[in-house]
Amino acid sequence: MTRRTGRPAGAWVATTVLSLALAGCRGNQVIFNPQGPAARDIAQLGWFLFAVCGVVYAMVLVALAWALLRRRREDDQGAGATRAITRTVALATAVTAALLVVLAATSVTAGRGLTSPSGPGAITVDVIGHQWWWDFQYRDVTPSDVVSSPNELHIPVGVPVVLRAQSRDVIHSFWVPNLHGKRDLIPGVVTSLWIQADRPGVYRGQCAEFCGYQHAHMAMQVVAEPMDAFLAWIQRQRQPAGDPPDQEALRGREVFLQSPCVSCHTVRGTIAGSRVGPDLTHVGSRLTLAAGTLPNTRGHLAGWVADSQSVKPGNRMPPNVLTAGDLQAVLGYLRSLR
Amino acid sequence: MMSRRVASCALLLCGVLLAGAGCERESRPFQQLPAASARTERPLLSQNTPGGRVGESPIDTGASPFQENAWGISEGKRLFEQYNCVGCHAHGGGGMGPALIDDRWIYGNRAANLFDTIVQGRPNGMPAFRNKIPDSQIWQLVAYIQSMGGHAPLAALPGRSDHMRVGTPENARPATPAVQTGHP
Ligand code: HEC
Ligand code: HEC
Ligand SMILES: [Cu+2]
Repeated sequence: MTRRTGRPAGAWVATTVLSLALAGCRGNQVIFNPQGPAARDIAQLGWFLFAVCGVVYAMVLVALAWALLRRRREDDQGAGATRAITRTVALATAVTAALLVVLAATSVTAGRGLTSPSGPGAITVDVIGHQWWWDFQYRDVTPSDVVSSPNELHIPVGVPVVLRAQSRDVIHSFWVPNLHGKRDLIPGVVTSLWIQADRPGVYRGQCAEFCGYQHAHMAMQVVAEPMDAFLAWIQRQRQPAGDPPDQEALRGREVFLQSPCVSCHTVRGTIAGSRVGPDLTHVGSRLTLAAGTLPNTRGHLAGWVADSQSVKPGNRMPPNVLTAGDLQAVLGYLRSLR
Repeated sequence: MMSRRVASCALLLCGVLLAGAGCERESRPFQQLPAASARTERPLLSQNTPGGRVGESPIDTGASPFQENAWGISEGKRLFEQYNCVGCHAHGGGGMGPALIDDRWIYGNRAANLFDTIVQGRPNGMPAFRNKIPDSQIWQLVAYIQSMGGHAPLAALPGRSDHMRVGTPENARPATPAVQTGHP
């Protein structure tokens, strides 16, 4: 192996470690890059615990090193020395106890702050966990205005959003590290939490409770945008699917409605109204497919519909039954659903 | 000395073979299954189809490939709920549709009978699911329906449910021989 002459190996190692550490502080799925009040409280608590424990650890190591290196002395067995040791041990115990009380108090305070929102909730969203995808349903007083946005949670920035979490099958856990800690979704129970994003951005979340074969491919995107952009988005989502724009899409709709797709998916504005799989009314407008597994492009969509079981083995969408021609038509139709 | 070594080798071999046999019940053929079969082609016995319309589709087999497969049976159980069979048959006890958990069968409980019932429908109110459920999943439903009355290997029967359960779990139900009555 030839070593680079310019810089010694140590500098390379240091640069790598440092840049990795800094990368850990950016990113859109990172607890050290808090983007909301709850995440900030959690990150602050984390840093505080880290600092206190770091200082204590350093002090213990210094004491240990001193004890190992120090020579024995004549008067080590004397009464004076015993008294000094008793005093030191008592002091260390008192300081330890006090520190533990401080740590407990700070984490209880931080925990209490997390349970109550920083203001009245602007909107309430139902989070429903499925093996292996997320459904986000926006509540509304008008039932026909309730919209479902699978795997993509849109929120307005600067206001608390209340989430009511439930599961259709097994335990899942909602975790968007930049915005909040984890919250389990438990079958038969509604748990709730609130999140708030201070800046617009796309934050990635992930199921944080092992829930079966495709747990690792159960991600979500949280899209935080200014209130007016959010309102425009939800207004668009409320529209049912329009008429297909061209001949191919029209045929695609016919095929879609006569094939098994209709037994599992909803496209509002058509007879397709099943809730076994994600709502496809606006599937073309989403960032990803299959819970963050694929980017939403025509090629990836084709790959998914043609052979979802190689993309995400075991997922609950059955193997394709469409012929090549029908498949192209269905793709044209799905892409037109924006 | 020698015989001892032979004996322990044989024991080990038996263990491995037994363990291998156990893998059958858990195999999960996500992709290999034929998407459709010729059974789907036969005439409909019900004009009533979920989702509104009926189209056509394309091959043929006898028993359900999932008859002894724990994964397939539990998938059938999930689908029985998700395709809303429970809406008419409850969790096997029957409602608007007949009970499927008992030993009485109007149209028979062999795999082929059950497959036809689901695909073609039955005249007194059972919808035809042709083209609405892929064949691989119909076979899972068939395996589950057969398991409901305890007609599947004990090791393959499901013991858990996604819904609140009131009766005995499948793996604790006594199996009684089926009777085909031809009438409700
Ligand atoms: C047995 C029910 C079932 C059938 C039938 C079915 N799907 Fe799906 N589909 C699902 C499920 C469940 C998912 C979510 C998979 C996941 O992410 O784990 C899904 C996901 C999708 C997605 C990705 C949606 C998203 O936003 O991530 C598309 C697109 C899709 N299906 C299209 C189709 C088409 C087209 C057909 C008919 C050829 C079809 N599906 C038939 C259950 C089904
Ligand atoms: C709309 C209500 C309805 C739904 C939904 C329904 N069934 Fe039925 N089912 C019936 C009725 C009614 C009968 C009796 C038909 C007859 O006597 O001709 C029946 C009969 C059957 C039988 C034959 C029972 C026998 O004794 O031979 C089977 C098996 C069956 N259904 C399975 C299913 C499965 C599997 C599903 C879901 C995919 C399902 N059914 C969904 C109403 C329904
Ligand atoms: Cu999970």
